[in-house]
Amino acid sequence: MSEKKQTEHDKFLAPENRKHTVIGPDGEEIQVDPLNDYFCTDLPKVEAPYKGVLEKFLNWARAESLWVLSYGTGCGSIELPPLFSPRFDAYRFGVAMRPTPRQSGVLIISGYLAVKTLKRVIRSYEQMQNPKYVIALGSCTINGGMYWDSYNTINRLDHYLPVDVYIAGCMPRPEAILAGFNKLKERIKSGNAEGANEYIEKLEWYKANQKKIIKDWNMPSYNW
Amino acid sequence: MNIFPRIVFVLLGLFIVLNWGLIMAGIIRKIIARLGMRRGIKVFQPYINLIKNYSIRSQLSHGVMFYLGPVFRLSGGVGIFLFMPLIYGSDYWSNFSFTGDLILITYFMFFGMLGMALGAGEGGHPYSAIGISRGLAQFTAIEVPMTLAILSIAIQYQTLSISEIVAAQQGGIQNWTMVTNPLATIAAMLSFLGAMGHSPFNVVMAPQENPVGPPTEYHGTFLGVLQTNRAILHVIEAVLYMNLFFGGASNWGVLIIKTFLIYFWSVFVGMVFPRFRVDQSIPWFLKIPLVIGIAAIVVFII
Repeated sequence: MSEKKQTEHDKFLAPENRKHTVIGPDGEEIQVDPLNDYFCTDLPKVEAPYKGVLEKFLNWARAESLWVLSYGTGCGSIELPPLFSPRFDAYRFGVAMRPTPRQSGVLIISGYLAVKTLKRVIRSYEQMQNPKYVIALGSCTINGGMYWDSYNTINRLDHYLPVDVYIAGCMPRPEAILAGFNKLKERIKSGNAEGANEYIEKLEWYKANQKKIIKDWNMPSYNW
Repeated sequence: MNIFPRIVFVLLGLFIVLNWGLIMAGIIRKIIARLGMRRGIKVFQPYINLIKNYSIRSQLSHGVMFYLGPVFRLSGGVGIFLFMPLIYGSDYWSNFSFTGDLILITYFMFFGMLGMALGAGEGGHPYSAIGISRGLAQFTAIEVPMTLAILSIAIQYQTLSISEIVAAQQGGIQNWTMVTNPLATIAAMLSFLGAMGHSPFNVVMAPQENPVGPPTEYHGTFLGVLQTNRAILHVIEAVLYMNLFFGGASNWGVLIIKTFLIYFWSVFVGMVFPRFRVDQSIPWFLKIPLVIGIAAIVVFII
Protein backbone atom coordinates (compact mmCIF):
# COMPACT_ATOMS: atom_id res chain seq x y z
CA MET A 1 0.00 0.00 0.00
CA SER A 2 1.34 3.46 -0.88
CA GLU A 3 2.24 5.94 1.87
CA LYS A 4 -0.58 8.39 1.07
CA LYS A 5 -3.19 5.67 0.87
CA GLN A 6 -1.93 4.26 4.16
CA THR A 7 -2.44 7.54 6.05
CA GLU A 8 -5.93 7.92 4.57
CA HIS A 9 -6.59 4.43 5.74
CA ASP A 10 -5.18 5.10 9.22
CA LYS A 11 -7.75 7.82 9.87
CA PHE A 12 -10.44 5.29 10.66
CA LEU A 13 -8.23 2.61 12.14
CA ALA A 14 -9.05 1.31 15.58
CA PRO A 15 -6.13 1.85 18.01
CA GLU A 16 -5.29 -1.85 18.13
CA ASN A 17 -4.98 -1.94 14.32
CA ARG A 18 -2.48 0.97 14.08
CA LYS A 19 1.26 0.33 13.90
CA HIS A 20 2.51 -0.30 17.42
CA THR A 21 5.21 -1.98 19.46
CA VAL A 22 4.70 -5.23 21.30
CA ILE A 23 6.97 -6.43 24.10
CA GLY A 24 7.88 -10.09 23.66
CA PRO A 25 8.20 -12.69 26.44
CA ASP A 26 11.97 -12.10 26.71
CA GLY A 27 11.62 -8.32 26.79
CA GLU A 28 12.40 -7.78 23.06
CA GLU A 29 10.47 -5.05 21.22
CA ILE A 30 8.56 -6.11 18.11
CA GLN A 31 7.13 -3.61 15.58
CA VAL A 32 3.67 -4.69 14.47
CA ASP A 33 1.63 -3.39 11.53
CA PRO A 34 -1.60 -5.36 12.13
CA LEU A 35 -3.26 -4.77 8.74
CA ASN A 36 -0.23 -6.02 6.82
CA ASP A 37 1.07 -8.56 9.32
CA TYR A 38 -2.14 -10.23 10.44
CA PHE A 39 -4.26 -9.97 7.28
CA CYS A 40 -3.83 -10.93 3.64
CA THR A 41 -3.79 -7.80 1.46
CA ASP A 42 -4.22 -9.58 -1.90
CA LEU A 43 -7.41 -9.07 -3.88
CA PRO A 44 -9.48 -12.05 -5.05
CA LYS A 45 -9.45 -13.35 -8.63
CA VAL A 46 -12.34 -14.41 -10.83
CA GLU A 47 -12.72 -18.21 -10.76
CA ALA A 48 -14.07 -19.15 -14.17
CA PRO A 49 -16.71 -21.91 -14.17
CA TYR A 50 -16.11 -25.13 -16.11
CA LYS A 51 -17.98 -25.64 -19.35
CA GLY A 52 -20.66 -28.03 -20.52
CA VAL A 53 -22.00 -31.11 -18.76
CA LEU A 54 -19.46 -31.03 -15.94
CA GLU A 55 -20.48 -27.56 -14.79
CA LYS A 56 -24.15 -28.53 -15.09
CA PHE A 57 -23.55 -31.54 -12.86
CA LEU A 58 -21.60 -29.48 -10.30
CA ASN A 59 -24.30 -26.80 -10.35
CA TRP A 60 -26.89 -29.49 -9.66
CA ALA A 61 -24.86 -30.62 -6.62
CA ARG A 62 -24.43 -27.01 -5.46
CA ALA A 63 -28.16 -26.37 -5.81
CA GLU A 64 -29.14 -29.53 -3.93
CA SER A 65 -26.78 -28.81 -1.04
CA LEU A 66 -27.33 -25.25 0.16
CA TRP A 67 -25.46 -24.53 3.35
CA VAL A 68 -26.75 -21.37 4.94
CA LEU A 69 -24.68 -19.23 7.28
CA SER A 70 -26.40 -19.06 10.68
CA TYR A 71 -26.40 -15.31 10.76
CA GLY A 72 -29.43 -13.10 11.13
CA THR A 73 -29.78 -9.38 10.63
CA GLY A 74 -32.91 -7.49 11.58
CA CYS A 75 -36.29 -8.92 12.44
CA GLY A 76 -36.42 -11.49 9.60
CA SER A 77 -34.00 -13.82 11.35
CA ILE A 78 -36.87 -14.94 13.59
CA GLU A 79 -38.43 -16.55 10.49
CA LEU A 80 -35.40 -18.78 9.91
CA PRO A 81 -35.46 -21.19 12.93
CA PRO A 82 -39.00 -22.46 12.10
CA LEU A 83 -37.63 -23.57 8.69
CA PHE A 84 -35.93 -26.48 10.42
CA SER A 85 -38.91 -27.44 12.55
CA PRO A 86 -41.11 -30.44 11.57
CA ARG A 87 -43.71 -28.11 10.06
CA PHE A 88 -41.51 -26.63 7.34
CA ASP A 89 -38.49 -28.98 7.36
CA ALA A 90 -36.07 -27.28 5.00
CA TYR A 91 -33.68 -30.26 5.29
CA ARG A 92 -35.73 -32.12 2.65
CA PHE A 93 -34.64 -29.46 0.11
CA GLY A 94 -30.98 -30.02 0.98
CA VAL A 95 -30.82 -26.82 3.03
CA ALA A 96 -28.74 -26.92 6.21
CA MET A 97 -27.33 -24.32 8.59
CA ARG A 98 -23.59 -23.98 9.06
CA PRO A 99 -22.09 -21.96 11.90
CA THR A 100 -19.00 -20.74 10.05
CA PRO A 101 -18.77 -18.63 6.87
CA ARG A 102 -15.95 -20.82 5.55
CA GLN A 103 -18.30 -23.75 5.09
CA SER A 104 -21.46 -21.95 4.04
CA GLY A 105 -22.56 -21.06 0.54
CA VAL A 106 -25.69 -19.00 1.14
CA LEU A 107 -25.95 -15.75 3.07
CA ILE A 108 -29.47 -14.66 4.02
CA ILE A 109 -29.84 -10.95 4.72
CA SER A 110 -32.94 -11.24 6.82
CA GLY A 111 -34.38 -7.76 7.04
CA TYR A 112 -33.20 -4.19 7.55
CA LEU A 113 -29.46 -3.72 7.43
CA ALA A 114 -28.00 -1.19 9.86
CA VAL A 115 -24.71 0.46 8.89
CA LYS A 116 -23.02 -1.23 11.82
CA THR A 117 -24.33 -4.62 10.69
CA LEU A 118 -23.36 -3.98 7.05
CA LYS A 119 -19.72 -4.10 8.09
CA ARG A 120 -20.20 -7.53 9.69
CA VAL A 121 -22.19 -8.73 6.68
CA ILE A 122 -19.40 -7.72 4.30
CA ARG A 123 -16.81 -9.47 6.46
CA SER A 124 -18.93 -12.63 6.58
CA TYR A 125 -19.67 -12.54 2.85
CA GLU A 126 -16.03 -12.10 1.90
CA GLN A 127 -14.97 -14.98 4.13
CA MET A 128 -17.30 -17.32 2.25
CA GLN A 129 -15.82 -19.26 -0.66
CA ASN A 130 -16.70 -19.03 -4.34
CA PRO A 131 -19.42 -19.92 -5.45
CA LYS A 132 -21.64 -18.17 -2.91
CA TYR A 133 -25.18 -16.84 -3.07
CA VAL A 134 -27.11 -14.07 -1.34
CA ILE A 135 -30.82 -14.20 -0.52
CA ALA A 136 -32.38 -10.87 0.44
CA LEU A 137 -35.36 -11.28 2.73
CA GLY A 138 -38.08 -8.70 3.25
CA SER A 139 -38.91 -5.32 1.77
CA CYS A 140 -36.17 -3.56 3.73
CA THR A 141 -33.47 -5.11 1.55
CA ILE A 142 -35.23 -4.04 -1.67
CA ASN A 143 -35.89 -0.35 -1.06
CA GLY A 144 -35.52 0.20 2.68
CA GLY A 145 -39.12 -0.73 3.43
CA MET A 146 -40.45 1.01 6.48
CA TYR A 147 -36.92 2.17 7.30
CA TRP A 148 -36.39 3.91 3.94
CA ASP A 149 -35.66 7.31 5.57
CA SER A 150 -33.86 5.97 8.64
CA TYR A 151 -30.54 7.60 9.50
CA ASN A 152 -28.62 4.37 10.00
CA THR A 153 -29.96 1.70 7.66
CA ILE A 154 -29.12 1.13 4.01
CA ASN A 155 -31.91 1.09 1.44
CA ARG A 156 -30.78 -1.04 -1.49
CA LEU A 157 -28.82 -4.15 -0.66
CA ASP A 158 -27.65 -4.77 -4.23
CA HIS A 159 -25.50 -1.65 -4.08
CA TYR A 160 -23.32 -3.41 -1.52
CA LEU A 161 -23.54 -7.14 -2.30
CA PRO A 162 -24.64 -9.03 -5.46
CA VAL A 163 -28.10 -10.42 -4.63
CA ASP A 164 -29.36 -13.62 -6.25
CA VAL A 165 -32.92 -13.84 -4.98
CA TYR A 166 -35.22 -11.29 -3.38
CA ILE A 167 -38.09 -12.47 -1.19
CA ALA A 168 -40.55 -9.62 -0.80
CA GLY A 169 -42.81 -9.18 2.21
CA CYS A 170 -42.82 -7.73 5.67
CA MET A 171 -42.15 -10.30 7.00
CA PRO A 172 -42.13 -13.19 4.49
CA ARG A 173 -43.42 -16.36 6.10
CA PRO A 174 -41.31 -19.54 6.12
CA GLU A 175 -43.28 -20.84 3.11
CA ALA A 176 -42.10 -17.81 1.13
CA ILE A 177 -38.52 -18.49 2.21
CA LEU A 178 -38.82 -22.10 1.02
CA ALA A 179 -40.12 -20.80 -2.31
CA GLY A 180 -37.11 -18.47 -2.38
CA PHE A 181 -34.77 -21.43 -1.85
CA ASN A 182 -36.40 -23.22 -4.77
CA LYS A 183 -36.01 -20.10 -6.93
CA LEU A 184 -32.34 -19.95 -5.97
CA LYS A 185 -31.96 -23.62 -6.92
CA GLU A 186 -33.43 -22.93 -10.38
CA ARG A 187 -31.05 -20.02 -10.77
CA ILE A 188 -28.01 -22.06 -9.77
CA LYS A 189 -29.00 -24.95 -12.06
CA SER A 190 -29.42 -22.57 -15.00
CA GLY A 191 -25.86 -21.35 -14.41
CA ASN A 192 -26.81 -17.72 -13.81
CA ALA A 193 -25.93 -17.54 -10.13
CA GLU A 194 -22.41 -16.20 -10.56
CA GLY A 195 -22.72 -13.51 -7.88
CA ALA A 196 -19.34 -14.31 -6.37
CA ASN A 197 -17.53 -13.66 -9.65
CA GLU A 198 -19.66 -10.59 -10.33
CA TYR A 199 -18.63 -9.19 -6.96
CA ILE A 200 -14.96 -9.63 -7.83
CA GLU A 201 -15.37 -8.14 -11.34
CA LYS A 202 -17.09 -5.02 -9.99
CA LEU A 203 -15.12 -4.96 -6.74
CA GLU A 204 -14.15 -1.27 -7.08
CA TRP A 205 -17.78 -0.18 -7.48
CA TYR A 206 -18.96 -2.29 -4.56
CA LYS A 207 -16.08 -1.13 -2.35
CA ALA A 208 -16.74 2.53 -3.21
CA ASN A 209 -20.40 2.11 -2.23
CA GLN A 210 -19.50 0.29 0.95
CA LYS A 211 -16.89 2.84 2.02
CA LYS A 212 -19.33 5.67 1.36
CA ILE A 213 -21.60 4.25 4.04
CA ILE A 214 -19.12 2.76 6.50
CA LYS A 215 -17.21 5.70 7.94
CA ASP A 216 -15.03 3.73 10.36
CA TRP A 217 -13.49 1.28 7.91
CA ASN A 218 -11.04 -0.41 10.27
CA MET A 219 -10.42 -3.62 8.36
CA PRO A 220 -8.46 -4.68 5.28
CA SER A 221 -10.03 -3.82 1.88
CA TYR A 222 -10.91 -7.47 1.31
CA ASN A 223 -11.56 -9.73 4.32
CA TRP A 224 -10.24 -13.13 3.30
CA MET B 1 -2.06 -64.05 -2.17
CA ASN B 2 0.23 -61.96 -4.35
CA ILE B 3 0.63 -58.32 -3.47
CA PHE B 4 -1.08 -56.94 -6.60
CA PRO B 5 -4.39 -58.82 -6.33
CA ARG B 6 -4.35 -57.94 -2.62
CA ILE B 7 -3.98 -54.22 -3.39
CA VAL B 8 -6.90 -54.46 -5.83
CA PHE B 9 -9.08 -56.11 -3.15
CA VAL B 10 -7.99 -53.54 -0.53
CA LEU B 11 -9.03 -50.68 -2.84
CA LEU B 12 -12.30 -52.43 -3.65
CA GLY B 13 -12.97 -52.95 0.05
CA LEU B 14 -12.21 -49.29 0.74
CA PHE B 15 -14.69 -48.31 -1.98
CA ILE B 16 -17.41 -50.51 -0.50
CA VAL B 17 -16.73 -49.24 3.03
CA LEU B 18 -16.79 -45.59 1.91
CA ASN B 19 -20.09 -46.02 0.09
CA TRP B 20 -21.66 -47.97 2.93
CA GLY B 21 -20.50 -45.22 5.32
CA LEU B 22 -22.16 -42.51 3.21
CA ILE B 23 -25.39 -44.49 2.75
CA MET B 24 -25.46 -45.37 6.46
CA ALA B 25 -25.05 -41.69 7.38
CA GLY B 26 -28.02 -40.87 5.13
CA ILE B 27 -30.19 -43.66 6.58
CA ILE B 28 -29.36 -42.62 10.15
CA ARG B 29 -30.19 -38.96 9.40
CA LYS B 30 -33.47 -40.14 7.88
CA ILE B 31 -34.30 -42.19 10.99
CA ILE B 32 -33.48 -39.23 13.26
CA ALA B 33 -35.71 -37.00 11.10
CA ARG B 34 -38.62 -39.45 11.28
CA LEU B 35 -38.24 -39.56 15.07
CA GLY B 36 -38.56 -35.76 15.00
CA MET B 37 -41.72 -36.03 12.83
CA ARG B 38 -39.88 -34.64 9.79
CA ARG B 39 -39.38 -35.97 6.29
CA GLY B 40 -35.67 -35.31 6.59
CA ILE B 41 -32.83 -35.25 4.06
CA LYS B 42 -32.63 -37.42 0.97
CA VAL B 43 -30.86 -40.71 1.68
CA PHE B 44 -28.13 -39.79 -0.83
CA GLN B 45 -27.68 -36.25 0.54
CA PRO B 46 -24.19 -37.10 1.98
CA TYR B 47 -23.06 -37.83 -1.61
CA ILE B 48 -24.36 -34.46 -2.84
CA ASN B 49 -22.68 -32.64 0.04
CA LEU B 50 -19.44 -34.41 -0.79
CA ILE B 51 -19.61 -33.47 -4.49
CA LYS B 52 -20.52 -29.89 -3.57
CA ASN B 53 -17.58 -29.60 -1.20
CA TYR B 54 -15.12 -31.01 -3.73
CA SER B 55 -16.43 -28.53 -6.33
CA ILE B 56 -15.87 -25.33 -4.33
CA ARG B 57 -13.80 -23.09 -6.61
CA SER B 58 -11.69 -20.98 -4.25
CA GLN B 59 -9.80 -22.28 -1.25
CA LEU B 60 -7.67 -20.63 1.37
CA SER B 61 -4.63 -22.04 3.06
CA HIS B 62 -3.06 -21.06 6.36
CA GLY B 63 0.18 -22.98 5.79
CA VAL B 64 1.56 -26.46 5.21
CA MET B 65 0.19 -28.01 8.40
CA PHE B 66 -3.27 -26.69 7.54
CA TYR B 67 -3.09 -28.79 4.36
CA LEU B 68 -1.73 -31.80 6.18
CA GLY B 69 -4.40 -31.82 8.93
CA PRO B 70 -7.14 -33.44 6.80
CA VAL B 71 -4.52 -35.66 5.11
CA PHE B 72 -3.42 -36.98 8.52
CA ARG B 73 -7.05 -37.46 9.50
CA LEU B 74 -7.76 -39.42 6.32
CA SER B 75 -4.60 -41.51 6.69
CA GLY B 76 -5.73 -42.29 10.25
CA GLY B 77 -9.06 -43.63 8.94
CA VAL B 78 -7.53 -45.46 5.97
CA GLY B 79 -4.75 -46.75 8.25
CA ILE B 80 -7.29 -48.48 10.49
CA PHE B 81 -8.94 -49.90 7.37
CA LEU B 82 -5.69 -51.26 5.91
CA PHE B 83 -4.95 -53.51 8.88
CA MET B 84 -8.52 -54.58 9.66
CA PRO B 85 -9.68 -58.06 8.60
CA LEU B 86 -13.18 -57.45 7.19
CA ILE B 87 -14.62 -60.90 6.46
CA TYR B 88 -13.73 -63.92 8.63
CA GLY B 89 -12.13 -66.81 6.80
CA SER B 90 -11.71 -64.90 3.54
CA ASP B 91 -8.18 -64.36 2.32
CA TYR B 92 -9.45 -61.75 -0.17
CA TRP B 93 -11.02 -59.46 2.43
CA SER B 94 -8.53 -59.67 5.25
CA ASN B 95 -6.54 -56.64 3.99
CA PHE B 96 -3.03 -56.41 5.48
CA SER B 97 -3.91 -57.84 8.89
CA PHE B 98 -1.04 -59.49 10.76
CA THR B 99 -0.41 -60.89 14.21
CA GLY B 100 -0.04 -57.57 16.08
CA ASP B 101 -2.68 -55.54 14.24
CA LEU B 102 -4.76 -54.79 17.35
CA ILE B 103 -2.02 -52.57 18.81
CA LEU B 104 -1.43 -50.79 15.48
CA ILE B 105 -5.15 -50.06 15.06
CA THR B 106 -5.51 -48.56 18.54
CA TYR B 107 -2.53 -46.35 17.65
CA PHE B 108 -4.12 -45.25 14.36
CA MET B 109 -7.30 -44.22 16.16
CA PHE B 110 -5.41 -41.43 17.89
CA PHE B 111 -3.18 -40.57 14.93
CA GLY B 112 -5.85 -38.70 12.98
CA MET B 113 -6.86 -36.63 15.98
CA LEU B 114 -3.28 -35.47 16.51
CA GLY B 115 -2.82 -34.49 12.86
CA MET B 116 -6.09 -32.60 12.98
CA ALA B 117 -4.92 -30.81 16.14
CA LEU B 118 -1.81 -29.51 14.39
CA GLY B 119 -3.78 -28.48 11.30
CA ALA B 120 -6.60 -26.77 13.16
CA GLY B 121 -4.04 -25.04 15.37
CA GLU B 122 -2.42 -23.46 12.32
CA GLY B 123 -5.84 -22.29 11.11
CA GLY B 124 -5.43 -19.54 13.67
CA HIS B 125 -9.06 -19.46 14.65
CA PRO B 126 -9.33 -19.36 18.46
CA TYR B 127 -12.39 -21.62 18.42
CA SER B 128 -10.44 -24.28 16.51
CA ALA B 129 -7.88 -24.37 19.31
CA ILE B 130 -10.58 -24.56 21.98
CA GLY B 131 -12.42 -27.25 20.02
CA ILE B 132 -9.33 -29.37 19.46
CA SER B 133 -8.18 -29.16 23.09
CA ARG B 134 -11.63 -30.21 24.27
CA GLY B 135 -11.75 -32.95 21.63
CA LEU B 136 -8.35 -34.37 22.55
CA ALA B 137 -9.12 -34.24 26.28
CA GLN B 138 -12.36 -36.13 25.75
CA PHE B 139 -10.85 -38.63 23.33
CA THR B 140 -8.08 -39.41 25.83
CA ALA B 141 -10.75 -40.20 28.42
CA ILE B 142 -12.57 -42.38 25.85
CA GLU B 143 -9.38 -44.32 25.02
CA VAL B 144 -8.74 -45.39 28.64
CA PRO B 145 -11.74 -47.75 29.10
CA MET B 146 -11.42 -48.91 25.49
CA THR B 147 -7.75 -49.83 25.97
CA LEU B 148 -8.62 -51.67 29.20
CA ALA B 149 -11.32 -53.63 27.34
CA ILE B 150 -8.88 -54.49 24.55
CA LEU B 151 -6.27 -55.61 27.11
CA SER B 152 -8.91 -57.75 28.79
CA ILE B 153 -9.67 -59.47 25.48
CA ALA B 154 -5.97 -59.90 24.77
CA ILE B 155 -5.56 -61.65 28.15
CA GLN B 156 -8.70 -63.71 27.56
CA TYR B 157 -7.66 -65.01 24.12
CA GLN B 158 -3.87 -64.77 24.69
CA THR B 159 -3.38 -63.01 21.32
CA LEU B 160 -3.08 -59.55 19.76
CA SER B 161 -4.30 -60.65 16.32
CA ILE B 162 -7.83 -59.61 15.38
CA SER B 163 -8.17 -62.58 13.00
CA GLU B 164 -7.42 -65.01 15.84
CA ILE B 165 -9.84 -63.21 18.16
CA VAL B 166 -12.56 -63.56 15.52
CA ALA B 167 -11.64 -67.22 14.95
CA ALA B 168 -11.98 -67.91 18.69
CA GLN B 169 -15.53 -66.57 18.66
CA GLN B 170 -16.90 -68.82 15.91
CA GLY B 171 -19.55 -71.47 16.52
CA GLY B 172 -22.56 -69.50 17.71
CA ILE B 173 -23.56 -66.60 19.90
CA GLN B 174 -22.47 -68.43 23.06
CA ASN B 175 -18.84 -68.04 21.91
CA TRP B 176 -18.97 -64.30 21.21
CA THR B 177 -16.92 -62.06 23.50
CA MET B 178 -20.21 -60.35 24.32
CA VAL B 179 -21.18 -63.52 26.23
CA THR B 180 -17.79 -64.81 27.36
CA ASN B 181 -16.47 -61.44 28.55
CA PRO B 182 -19.46 -59.15 29.24
CA LEU B 183 -17.51 -56.68 31.41
CA ALA B 184 -15.04 -55.82 28.62
CA THR B 185 -17.95 -55.55 26.15
CA ILE B 186 -19.81 -53.10 28.39
CA ALA B 187 -16.72 -50.95 28.94
CA ALA B 188 -15.95 -50.90 25.22
CA MET B 189 -19.52 -50.19 24.13
CA LEU B 190 -19.72 -47.27 26.56
CA SER B 191 -16.49 -45.83 25.16
CA PHE B 192 -17.88 -46.45 21.64
CA LEU B 193 -20.57 -43.87 22.42
CA GLY B 194 -17.86 -41.24 22.78
CA ALA B 195 -15.82 -42.39 19.80
CA MET B 196 -18.76 -42.02 17.39
CA GLY B 197 -19.38 -38.37 18.23
CA HIS B 198 -23.10 -38.51 18.87
CA SER B 199 -24.94 -36.98 21.80
CA PRO B 200 -24.31 -37.05 24.79
CA PHE B 201 -20.61 -36.76 23.87
CA ASN B 202 -20.76 -34.49 20.84
CA VAL B 203 -20.29 -31.11 22.47
CA VAL B 204 -16.80 -31.14 20.94
CA MET B 205 -18.35 -30.95 17.48
CA ALA B 206 -21.47 -29.04 18.55
CA PRO B 207 -22.20 -26.57 15.75
CA GLN B 208 -23.99 -23.80 17.55
CA GLU B 209 -22.19 -23.76 20.88
CA ASN B 210 -18.60 -23.67 19.74
CA PRO B 211 -18.50 -23.08 15.98
CA VAL B 212 -17.98 -26.64 14.71
CA GLY B 213 -14.90 -27.13 16.84
CA PRO B 214 -11.71 -28.26 15.08
CA PRO B 215 -12.93 -27.93 11.45
CA THR B 216 -14.02 -24.27 11.86
CA GLU B 217 -11.60 -23.04 9.21
CA TYR B 218 -11.83 -26.09 6.92
CA HIS B 219 -13.85 -25.63 3.75
CA GLY B 220 -14.19 -26.97 0.24
CA THR B 221 -11.88 -29.88 -0.53
CA PHE B 222 -10.41 -29.87 2.99
CA LEU B 223 -13.88 -30.41 4.42
CA GLY B 224 -14.61 -32.96 1.69
CA VAL B 225 -11.57 -35.00 2.78
CA LEU B 226 -12.73 -34.79 6.41
CA GLN B 227 -16.23 -35.97 5.40
CA THR B 228 -14.78 -38.83 3.36
CA ASN B 229 -12.73 -39.88 6.36
CA ARG B 230 -15.76 -39.66 8.62
CA ALA B 231 -17.71 -42.07 6.41
CA ILE B 232 -14.83 -44.56 6.37
CA LEU B 233 -14.06 -44.18 10.08
CA HIS B 234 -17.60 -44.77 11.29
CA VAL B 235 -17.88 -48.06 9.41
CA ILE B 236 -14.39 -49.30 10.17
CA GLU B 237 -14.64 -48.58 13.92
CA ALA B 238 -17.94 -50.46 13.96
CA VAL B 239 -16.13 -53.29 12.13
CA LEU B 240 -13.45 -53.27 14.85
CA TYR B 241 -16.08 -53.66 17.58
CA MET B 242 -17.86 -56.30 15.52
CA ASN B 243 -14.62 -58.29 15.22
CA LEU B 244 -13.69 -57.94 18.87
CA PHE B 245 -17.04 -58.46 20.60
CA PHE B 246 -19.72 -59.68 18.21
CA GLY B 247 -18.20 -62.62 16.43
CA GLY B 248 -16.99 -60.94 13.22
CA ALA B 249 -18.73 -61.40 9.87
CA SER B 250 -18.58 -64.33 7.46
CA ASN B 251 -19.90 -62.31 4.49
CA TRP B 252 -20.66 -58.73 3.43
CA GLY B 253 -24.36 -58.98 4.29
CA VAL B 254 -23.61 -59.90 7.90
CA LEU B 255 -20.98 -57.14 8.06
CA ILE B 256 -23.45 -54.51 6.86
CA ILE B 257 -26.18 -55.58 9.30
CA LYS B 258 -23.83 -55.84 12.28
CA THR B 259 -22.03 -52.52 11.64
CA PHE B 260 -25.38 -50.80 11.22
CA LEU B 261 -26.68 -52.18 14.52
CA ILE B 262 -23.43 -51.31 16.36
CA TYR B 263 -23.44 -47.78 14.95
CA PHE B 264 -27.13 -47.45 15.67
CA TRP B 265 -26.42 -48.13 19.36
CA SER B 266 -24.60 -44.77 19.58
CA VAL B 267 -27.39 -43.02 17.63
CA PHE B 268 -30.06 -44.60 19.85
CA VAL B 269 -28.35 -43.38 23.02
CA GLY B 270 -27.83 -39.99 21.38
CA MET B 271 -31.53 -39.64 20.60
CA VAL B 272 -32.49 -40.43 24.19
CA PHE B 273 -29.93 -38.50 26.20
CA PRO B 274 -29.05 -34.80 26.00
CA ARG B 275 -25.51 -33.48 25.70
CA PHE B 276 -22.86 -33.61 28.39
CA ARG B 277 -20.51 -30.69 28.79
CA VAL B 278 -16.84 -31.64 28.40
CA ASP B 279 -16.28 -31.23 32.14
CA GLN B 280 -19.12 -33.71 32.72
CA SER B 281 -18.24 -36.23 30.00
CA ILE B 282 -14.57 -36.69 30.96
CA PRO B 283 -15.32 -37.54 34.65
CA TRP B 284 -18.11 -39.84 33.42
CA PHE B 285 -15.67 -41.85 31.27
CA LEU B 286 -13.18 -41.93 34.12
CA LYS B 287 -15.80 -43.25 36.52
CA ILE B 288 -18.25 -45.87 35.20
CA PRO B 289 -16.55 -47.30 32.05
CA LEU B 290 -13.11 -47.12 33.69
CA VAL B 291 -14.21 -49.11 36.74
CA ILE B 292 -15.93 -51.70 34.53
CA GLY B 293 -12.79 -51.88 32.37
CA ILE B 294 -10.55 -52.48 35.40
CA ALA B 295 -12.98 -55.12 36.66
CA ALA B 296 -12.80 -56.84 33.24
CA ILE B 297 -9.03 -57.18 33.66
CA VAL B 298 -9.09 -58.11 37.35
CA VAL B 299 -11.53 -60.98 36.63
CA PHE B 300 -9.00 -62.61 34.30
CA ILE B 301 -5.99 -62.03 36.56
CA ILE B 302 -7.74 -63.68 39.50
